Amino acid sequence: MKLKKGIPVIDQGNKLGFWGGKFGGNFVPETLKKPIEDLEVLFNKLKKDKKFIQERDRYFKNWIGVPTRFIKLENLTRHVGGAQIWSKVVSDANGGAHKVYNATVHCLLAKRSGKKVIIGDTGAGYAGKMLSMAAKKFGLKCKIFMGAKDIARQQPNVKAMKKNGAEVVPVYSGSQTLVDAVSECMRFWVANCDTTAMCVGSTVGPAIFVRICGWSTSQISRELKVQLIKEFGSIPKKLKLYNCVGGGSSSFGFWNEFMDYDKKQCEFIGVEAGGPAKSKKHAAPLTYGSKIGILHGAAQYVNQNSDGQIEETESISAGLDYPGISPLHCFLKDTKRARYTAASDEQALEAYKLVTKFEKLRPSLEPSHAFAVAISESKKLSKDTIVVVNSCGDAYKDRGILEKRLGKKYVKSN
Amino acid sequence: MLNPISVAFKKAKHENRPALLTYTVAGDSSKKQSLNILKSISKNADILEVGVPHNTPVADGSQIQTSAYRAIKNGIKVNDIFKIVKDFKKFDKNKPVILMGYYNMIFQYGENKFLNKCKLSGVNGLIVVDLPWPENKNFAKKCKKKSIYFIQLLSPTTTKIRLKKIIRDSHPMNYFISMLSTTGGKLKVSPKEIIKNYIKIKKINPKKKVVIGFGITEKTIGKLKSADGLVVGSAICKEISKSLKHRQNPVTNVSKLVKKLKNKIL
Repeated sequence: MKLKKGIPVIDQGNKLGFWGGKFGGNFVPETLKKPIEDLEVLFNKLKKDKKFIQERDRYFKNWIGVPTRFIKLENLTRHVGGAQIWSKVVSDANGGAHKVYNATVHCLLAKRSGKKVIIGDTGAGYAGKMLSMAAKKFGLKCKIFMGAKDIARQQPNVKAMKKNGAEVVPVYSGSQTLVDAVSECMRFWVANCDTTAMCVGSTVGPAIFVRICGWSTSQISRELKVQLIKEFGSIPKKLKLYNCVGGGSSSFGFWNEFMDYDKKQCEFIGVEAGGPAKSKKHAAPLTYGSKIGILHGAAQYVNQNSDGQIEETESISAGLDYPGISPLHCFLKDTKRARYTAASDEQALEAYKLVTKFEKLRPSLEPSHAFAVAISESKKLSKDTIVVVNSCGDAYKDRGILEKRLGKKYVKSN
Repeated sequence: MLNPISVAFKKAKHENRPALLTYTVAGDSSKKQSLNILKSISKNADILEVGVPHNTPVADGSQIQTSAYRAIKNGIKVNDIFKIVKDFKKFDKNKPVILMGYYNMIFQYGENKFLNKCKLSGVNGLIVVDLPWPENKNFAKKCKKKSIYFIQLLSPTTTKIRLKKIIRDSHPMNYFISMLSTTGGKLKVSPKEIIKNYIKIKKINPKKKVVIGFGITEKTIGKLKSADGLVVGSAICKEISKSLKHRQNPVTNVSKLVKKLKNKIL
């Protein structure tokens, strides 16, 4: 299996949509074949259309507010005493997370295809919040599917979705988390694909959704590349990009523009959710060697039992609480372009405490996983190593969990 | 030897009626009970579809999901399903059995091993909901080698060119999804419209049998009589759930329901 240079990774799949010949594809009911093909045709045409790109960039700039900041975490760097720790503050984006890029692009595509309704899944609630926001902006009716357990633990985002006029549909099946929300959303699309557009909230699902999402979040690395050159004069000789990985949309977008650099110069580190330290359950299929299986239309490494039933996951972070992982990351893992590891709930909470103690930055529980590994590895790295952590979400949505686990002061002090 | 599925269609045609296909989930609500249900409905049903329960189904409505989750909770495994089919075939060896499920279950078991087991236990056909054409070409060929029908699904969204290609590659039986819906949805198009679409499919190759499924109940089955076969699934799963809720015997109730369905198409 080989990564090709000079071709965007999202376009490296084969005719049937498989990366590396075995990850991704379109394992979908017959009913969805046509709407998926329509979306493929539309997307392949529009991504080459200069006017469409201009339109996208205009919304990204004026509405999402790109570029997001690239800042040095001076105090944290001093405290850790190793590599220079920087952050790409993607949570600056309108709505507070990277999910806004994919949501905006899907709404633009829905408008072009004449659909009046857009549906989406959500775990942490960010994908849903952004989709509801974008749908409102573009005059589309919006329906968000969310696991009942996630609705209970991510209330601020649920309120935001409702405020934006979206209908939030609770999903009670299975583990009542993201995996069930995606299933229910796909089922709704099966029954309504003639009138409704679907937005998959991450780089997962049938191949076209993986591609659209990866294309959208790549905005992050396009900006970072410019910002690095501006700051250092060129791409640093020792660069390490840390990102949390749930479905894998923010990490893919954070790395995409650096794909062709040698990994000795520019290393990618994906941090999965290891779950509670004492639990056997986790949401880290790449770290813990899960087998390839089919989930939500795509072949990927996925937590499952020997029969092929998808297993329940456990993580403090709703956004990472997913048993599978993007086919793109399976591909990056097997081609050894990226390295994957996991952080536990407790390590993420510790990292959150440390970052908020030293910096005016409030990463949500998802990027706190990335900070945990970045901080621990930075200690051993030289001072000329540039560590960049994607702070892809804001902790506002987590205040309930943070208050419960860390006490009131960690919520109030921010 | 002719596949028992084709024999069943012949028999129904001879009696001037559509074949009745039932769908029940293996292991719902227990291994023993699901076997007893199959035994009790086999005199009225022509072809038995046996669902392989999966916990992330992307095309099933709430009734079948409930049945599937119940079966999984009660510990059903793929090997148990083969055992159920084998035991059923001891009881009625000529009744055709089709397994219906999602591809991951087959993928984890191993395609070849799965097909060998199908052959050994007496499975006559397979429906894999999330393995569409052309992705299913290789697997369908493997099925053919074992004389197991791989049943292609056709939907109202399937374009005409695609229909032709799928039917060209298809085995003697195909499955037309009546409407845009997950299983068990309320019939949102008229039976007349469904039959119109069905005829379009039949015209491409009249020799291939086409059954209609999704949204068929006691109320609607009589209006679709002109098809080669009709599938009832969710209505049966619902009957099982209802029986359990009222502490009645699902075997008797499902058996009664299937008899009623049969009477509507005679």
